Amino acid sequence: MNISIDLAILAPELIVTIGAMALLLFGAIRGEKGIGLVSTLAIVVMAIAAWFVVMPLSSEARAFGGAFVIDDFARFAKLLILLGSAVTLLMAQDYFKAQGIDKFEFPVLVLLATTGMMLMVSASSFIGLYMGIELQSLALYVLAAFHRDSLRSTEAGLKYFVLGALSSGMMLYGISLIYGFTGTTDFAAIAHIVTASNVSVGLIFGIVFLISGLAFKISAVPFHMWSPDVYEGAPTPITAFFFMSPKVAAMILFVRAMLGPFPGAFHQWQQIVVAISVLSMVLGAFAAIGQSNIKRLMAYSSIGHMGYALLGLAAGTTQGVEGVLLYMLIYLVTNAGVFVCILAMRRHGEQVETIADLAGLARTQPKLAFAYSALMFSLAGIPPLAGFFAKFYVFMAAIGAGLYIPAIIGVLASVVGAFYYLRIVKLIYFDEPAPAFDMGLLGAKLGTILVGSGVFSVFFVVGAAPLVAAAANAAHALLP
Amino acid sequence: MSHLPILSIVTFLPMVAGLFILLAGGDTRSRANTARWVALIATIADLAVAIYIWAQFDGSTAAFQFVERAQWLGGNITYHMGVDGISVLFVVLTALLMPFCILASWKSIETRVPEYMVAFLALQTLMIGVFCALDLVLFYVFFEGGLIPMFLIIGVWGGKRRVYASFKFFLYTLLGSVLMLLAILWMYLYSGTTDIETLLNTAHFPVAMQGFLWFAFFASFAVKMPMWPVHTWLPDAHVEAPTAGSVILAGILLKMGGYGFLRFSLPMFASASATFTPFIFVLSVVAIIYTSYVALAQEDMKKLIAYSSVAHMGFVTMGIFTFTHVGIEGGIYQMLSHGIVSGALFLCVGVIYDRMHTREIAAYGGLVARMPIYAACFMVFTLANVGLPGTSGFVGEFLTMLGAFHVNTWVAIFATTGIILSAAYMLYLYWRIIFGKLVKPSLMAIQDLTAREIAILAPLVIATIVMGVYPNFVFKITSASVEHLLDQNKQALALDHAPKLASIGKVSP
Repeated sequence: MNISIDLAILAPELIVTIGAMALLLFGAIRGEKGIGLVSTLAIVVMAIAAWFVVMPLSSEARAFGGAFVIDDFARFAKLLILLGSAVTLLMAQDYFKAQGIDKFEFPVLVLLATTGMMLMVSASSFIGLYMGIELQSLALYVLAAFHRDSLRSTEAGLKYFVLGALSSGMMLYGISLIYGFTGTTDFAAIAHIVTASNVSVGLIFGIVFLISGLAFKISAVPFHMWSPDVYEGAPTPITAFFFMSPKVAAMILFVRAMLGPFPGAFHQWQQIVVAISVLSMVLGAFAAIGQSNIKRLMAYSSIGHMGYALLGLAAGTTQGVEGVLLYMLIYLVTNAGVFVCILAMRRHGEQVETIADLAGLARTQPKLAFAYSALMFSLAGIPPLAGFFAKFYVFMAAIGAGLYIPAIIGVLASVVGAFYYLRIVKLIYFDEPAPAFDMGLLGAKLGTILVGSGVFSVFFVVGAAPLVAAAANAAHALLP
Repeated sequence: MSHLPILSIVTFLPMVAGLFILLAGGDTRSRANTARWVALIATIADLAVAIYIWAQFDGSTAAFQFVERAQWLGGNITYHMGVDGISVLFVVLTALLMPFCILASWKSIETRVPEYMVAFLALQTLMIGVFCALDLVLFYVFFEGGLIPMFLIIGVWGGKRRVYASFKFFLYTLLGSVLMLLAILWMYLYSGTTDIETLLNTAHFPVAMQGFLWFAFFASFAVKMPMWPVHTWLPDAHVEAPTAGSVILAGILLKMGGYGFLRFSLPMFASASATFTPFIFVLSVVAIIYTSYVALAQEDMKKLIAYSSVAHMGFVTMGIFTFTHVGIEGGIYQMLSHGIVSGALFLCVGVIYDRMHTREIAAYGGLVARMPIYAACFMVFTLANVGLPGTSGFVGEFLTMLGAFHVNTWVAIFATTGIILSAAYMLYLYWRIIFGKLVKPSLMAIQDLTAREIAILAPLVIATIVMGVYPNFVFKITSASVEHLLDQNKQALALDHAPKLASIGKVSP
């Protein structure tokens, strides 16, 4: 075991960690003046890390006695995570300045959370998994309460922390049971021990607790209650961050933590995942109908989307994993655009959040309206937009695995879900205009993100092949 | 076969024009004018391309022509386009109706003109794509994609209850289609391909599954058609949509259902189609009789024509499911004819709506005195909708009933009453609007057709009469493909009934 080889495998994570620490020092020394620079440098750090992610030493490598693995599956996930985090920083810069909560700790916390997430998706033992999750979660708790003078933000942070700690406890309890019944925390070793013929009741208990903890992290039903409150209370760019990288990381971790150690117990955990998936799809569709706050509405929409992605995991096949990865890719990019639109909802310098404020946007700001609507249709899963292909691949996996009833419930829920996305389009296009939004904030940075996201959503249908192939490749790395 | 990707051109030309309109600059007025002219030129150019395709089309073979193929999503899901005798005329029909839609909206649409034109051009691309697609996934993308522009057209430029109508339209059709998506996925996983040509020629689905697959496709097409009892979105959508939107709805979108039955249900799920034939016959006959009575009671012109569309589509489904050559040809003919006639009727309604801003039948009467040319045009379309010999409506109805007589006399007899009822409601409509004394003061100053309106209606009058007296120019195109379709259906049925081992032997060559 050579430590320098291990560290070389860990290069992207090391770059982000060292970058975070260096920027923390730099920020502390420069104080107020260095805030913008810290944020920009953080993006540079992530770009360098991304470069080290795509430049592999070998297609698959393990470090620290197998606790950490880097394969194409992890690489795909890390690129998504880095993309989401970088986009968040870009989004937040002007917004925080305008709100007067501009602090250099923000980019540093995002970098630390990013490190945690990158460790999570590479974890190949339960110890690595738990450490990654906790590093990520602690940074996220602080971020939720980042606007410390706002009652809603601190409430969100506290709620998130208490419930998050509870879920971490449950997960840890599950892990200890799994360790107790298998004698190891290493995924490969557990997979070797657990076969279809010797799944003990204690192990199933362990898996149930583990799944509960993971379901909390992706806010799937019935562990979703925290998410609308937290998402509503946190400052909008941070909500956007919660929507993107942590969700993607937790979902991909979920996939690895099920298919890595427990292929032998597939029939046991499949039932649970199917149930969570179906409940999330249905609740996400119905509960969003009554929402009038756009951030709460998006929180329910996200619950629904997690349900669809879980359907791919429930299939338990390579095709299913491919579906989950594509789903998360499309979900992340689309939501980046949606949150730019939400950030643009400002009147007289104040953020407005009710969907009624969107009325008649097509008359006052036609370009923003067009992008907003295209993204909504994409989230609703209407072809030819990107969101359709996300659903297409997970449903294909579900049908392939014989999950007919969940698939039928899923498509029907998507019709119900289409209703509330259409309602937003209706407000934007059909209704008489409300006063226009301030356009000053939608500067070059946000504009770039929005255009990128919109172009992705609309033209995915044309250029999908390489992305589909990349996802398939990543899926094969996990399940040959 | 030409090397030019002619089908891609006919499909995407309107979309490109739409992009051009989006990017055009200038103030509101000049942008509106640019949008109108670009849309008109693009749709006429598209019509020219479609006519070229028609002229080049070889009617003696049932093979797909002008085929294009390219990599798309990877795997066996490809970009595959092509037309045969069943689909080529629908491409022409779509391209034919669009310039009239643009012209009909020339004056009546005044707000947000560029967006309106872009929505129509995008819709045209998606509609033509439906008829050209030879890959199931590609077909589905076009089929569903059309919902977005239509939703916006109804919702933004529609009448008073436009929001309700647009939501109903969108959610109803989406609900119908999502089940078809699952069926498509199942077919892909079972046969390893979504290529329609391959599926038609080689695929054979287990009889036990065919019922589910057939029903999933049926759910989608029945809503689109629309068949009784899932037709209720149509009157709402028609009434609230702007004139051109109604024309497209009645003229093209409704035909996608019939096209789908012909392309997928009959050849791919032969056993299930045979099993469900009585079910379809019952729904068709109920549609023909019941909706005709409903049409008789309408106070709103557009609603009346909408219900008459449901009744006429009943003839189409009846003809298709007779599995006879005449019945299917009649169904296709009826769809083409109805596309022109119902589109023209909506345009006629639009003409007086633009003047009086009401669709109430009671608000009119005695128009013949002030509007003789209008009365003449309207009469031609009324009679064509009734199915008078010499008009296009007669051929389709006659052939579908001939087919039905071969198969089931009772169905044919019930369907015949539909013709009488259609005469009743159409002539009653015509009488109330055109004849009688011109006594209403608001109508005293009404003007006859303008040159633009004559330019819209005259070609449709000619088309209606030409199709009525010389139907052979359609059958020349469709005949070989319909024959081939029936062969495929018979082969598939034979395979379904053959013992397992024999079927394996048959597939191999």
